[in-house]
Amino acid sequence: MPPLDLLPLAASESNLLAAREQMAFTLGFHIVLSCLGVALPATILVANYLGLRKGDGAALELARRWSKAMAVTFAVGAVTGTVLSFEFGLLWPQFEHRFGSVFGIAFAIEGIFFFLEAIFLAVYIYGWKRLRPWAHFWSGVPMVVTGIGGAFAVVAANSWMNQPQGFTLNGAGEVIDVEPLKVLFNPATGYEVPHMILAAYMVVGFLVASIYAVGMLKGRRDRLHRLGVVIPLTIACIATPIQLFVGDTAAREVADHQPAKFAAMECIEKTGTDQTEYLGGICTKDGVKGAIGIPGLDSFLVGFSTDTEVTGLNDIPDDEEPPAHTMLHLAFDAMVGIGSALLALGAWFGFVWWRRRDLPRTPWFLRAVAVSGGGAILALWCGWIVTEVGRQPWIVQGYMRTTEAVTEAEGIWFSFGLVLLLYAGLGTGAILVLRSMSRRWREAGSAEVESPYAPQTEEVA
Amino acid sequence: MSKADAAAAILWVGATFYALFGGADFGGGFWDLVAGWDERGQRPRDVIQRSLTPVWEANHVWLIFVLVVLWTAFPTAFSAIFTTLYVPIALAALGIVLRGAGFAFRKSIVGLRERRAMGATFAISSVLTPFFMGTVVGAIAAGNVPAEGNGDAFSSWIQPLPLLIGAMFVASGAYLAAVFLVGDARRGDHELERYFERRALGAAVVAGALAIAGIFALHSEARYVFDRLTEQGLPLVILSLLCGAALLFVLVRGGRRPLRPLAAGAVVAVIWGWGVAQFPYLLPTSLRIDQAAAPDPTMTIIFIVFGAAAVVVLPSLGLLYTLAQKDLLESEH
Repeated sequence: MPPLDLLPLAASESNLLAAREQMAFTLGFHIVLSCLGVALPATILVANYLGLRKGDGAALELARRWSKAMAVTFAVGAVTGTVLSFEFGLLWPQFEHRFGSVFGIAFAIEGIFFFLEAIFLAVYIYGWKRLRPWAHFWSGVPMVVTGIGGAFAVVAANSWMNQPQGFTLNGAGEVIDVEPLKVLFNPATGYEVPHMILAAYMVVGFLVASIYAVGMLKGRRDRLHRLGVVIPLTIACIATPIQLFVGDTAAREVADHQPAKFAAMECIEKTGTDQTEYLGGICTKDGVKGAIGIPGLDSFLVGFSTDTEVTGLNDIPDDEEPPAHTMLHLAFDAMVGIGSALLALGAWFGFVWWRRRDLPRTPWFLRAVAVSGGGAILALWCGWIVTEVGRQPWIVQGYMRTTEAVTEAEGIWFSFGLVLLLYAGLGTGAILVLRSMSRRWREAGSAEVESPYAPQTEEVA
Repeated sequence: MSKADAAAAILWVGATFYALFGGADFGGGFWDLVAGWDERGQRPRDVIQRSLTPVWEANHVWLIFVLVVLWTAFPTAFSAIFTTLYVPIALAALGIVLRGAGFAFRKSIVGLRERRAMGATFAISSVLTPFFMGTVVGAIAAGNVPAEGNGDAFSSWIQPLPLLIGAMFVASGAYLAAVFLVGDARRGDHELERYFERRALGAAVVAGALAIAGIFALHSEARYVFDRLTEQGLPLVILSLLCGAALLFVLVRGGRRPLRPLAAGAVVAVIWGWGVAQFPYLLPTSLRIDQAAAPDPTMTIIFIVFGAAAVVVLPSLGLLYTLAQKDLLESEH
């Protein structure tokens, strides 16, 4: 590795902070929309399939409504995603300058998936009236595949930032050779990619279910609303236990390969065995304050034995230590806590469904579902905070510091302010539009709940 | 042809598709903007909306393609451009957000006032976005982007040539859109067909005038590009002129075919003329294609991705356009 520490700091700390805030904000906004892009198509197609197979008008109507909502969220996601690709150059030009030829590979592949998703999404969304029902259904299937492929490519790029490999640098720190497969399939890809795809399915499943749960709590207990809870909730509840397993594996991998991140998110001050697992609390140099501590559990979770040695922050050089330990710790705990609560919700739903083929009757169940969507999004954000803030001060772990990557351009605070305003408008606009669509559907009432497909001459006389 | 030259050619192919289809979508926004108040502009607006709705997102992906190929295959050129021209680039990004959101929201809401506000957002940003993109291209052609980046944030693009190219981007988008919309209106409405034919004619004249002014500006501000454009690039310039003239002739005579290929030909010839004129530079005259090139294995991935695009994406796009042209896709929610 070249002596990167000798390179001058590229920009002022102020630019760095503004650029990081803007990136975090725009990513946090986009990630929710990209979850919808990844997992909503499958949810819609399940409803579409059930509708066609069983001649269920309510299921078809749900599929049609969700696809119309997806037209809005995909449009907003397409532009917020574009903003992110611009930001790579506008905020982090030196990152591209030095490593664009390496991690750009993943984005080039993502471009193909995004292309195909945009094309088939258009065919599916706008094809309801005039395509034959099953042809229309199949036109939607590529969206599911490309959503997952796109997520793979983007998250592989992020995994590479956490565990970079597959390139050769010369003495000046320039990339002189690249091994694309090693870049794409870096060690972090194996756990980050499934973790994110499952997160997308959880976010979408719980979010859509929560919307219909609210409707049911308001007394709309027709078949459409029940299916609107059952279909997405089932998908989310299948994803959740798998997610906890994947997440658990991911945490162990982070402990092994990104010890600074792990130490910060678990508030481990001193390297050693028999590490206590802290739930909540505030991290300080003299230990964790106000936490529930379970002695030895952290070591056990990392290596299945309390004798497992876990690296503490005392063994991380000061200038390589992640910032904001308490925030990282709480974000990690919140993610795991919410995930566990969602697992319990899924177990409740699964048990009652197994016994009675019905939703639990208590309104508390619907209330729990109603908040599960927000909870899943919160967990998603917490996970990304742990991944991204936990890697600081590096943009490419061990190779490039975030300070070296940031732009020297002026006015980043101004642009961040503008982005806040713009996205506030964008978010408000999207929610208002979706609400007005939902109101219109409600007012149109059951007249529409026949079949969204136009009568087919040979099928309907 | 070296691997780097081939990657540059792929970049140009992506830019060509974006200019044709993305450019026409921006042009649609231009005609929406000048269609007149509510009732008067209603019918042309309907045609524009019907023709843009199913395709604009797919067309937009060409921009992502160009950006990604640029930063992956030519990372130093990418960072030089973005650290110098961040002002017009950021404004273009702003325009992209407003355009996409305005368009998507407009057709999903019912209130007249909101529709009008969203429509105005969509239409105005459809004009500003290509304008700023044009200034970026003009600044690059003028040699105002130094290879090491961090060129002057304002004087690099606030110059006659970049501003002219910006205007040319708007005009040629409007020109393409009007020609495409003639065809879309043709499926049923003669009056609207005439409406877009007149506008195609007007836009063609304006775009042509701007192109001539652009040649003078090239002469004084971008000598390298001017010299090569009038030598190696001359056949392409002539081809573009011929296409433009033939299109004018067909329009004036009220002829039917082949409007779209002629309009596209005029634009494509200019884009490749520009490419030939810049060769072998990515940033005239400070950064050559081979100096900016990524290592070979990265280029190989770019070729594979491009091959996949040719084999999978282009037929899919063809399917989308065919369905849209056959009116098998609706545009209302």
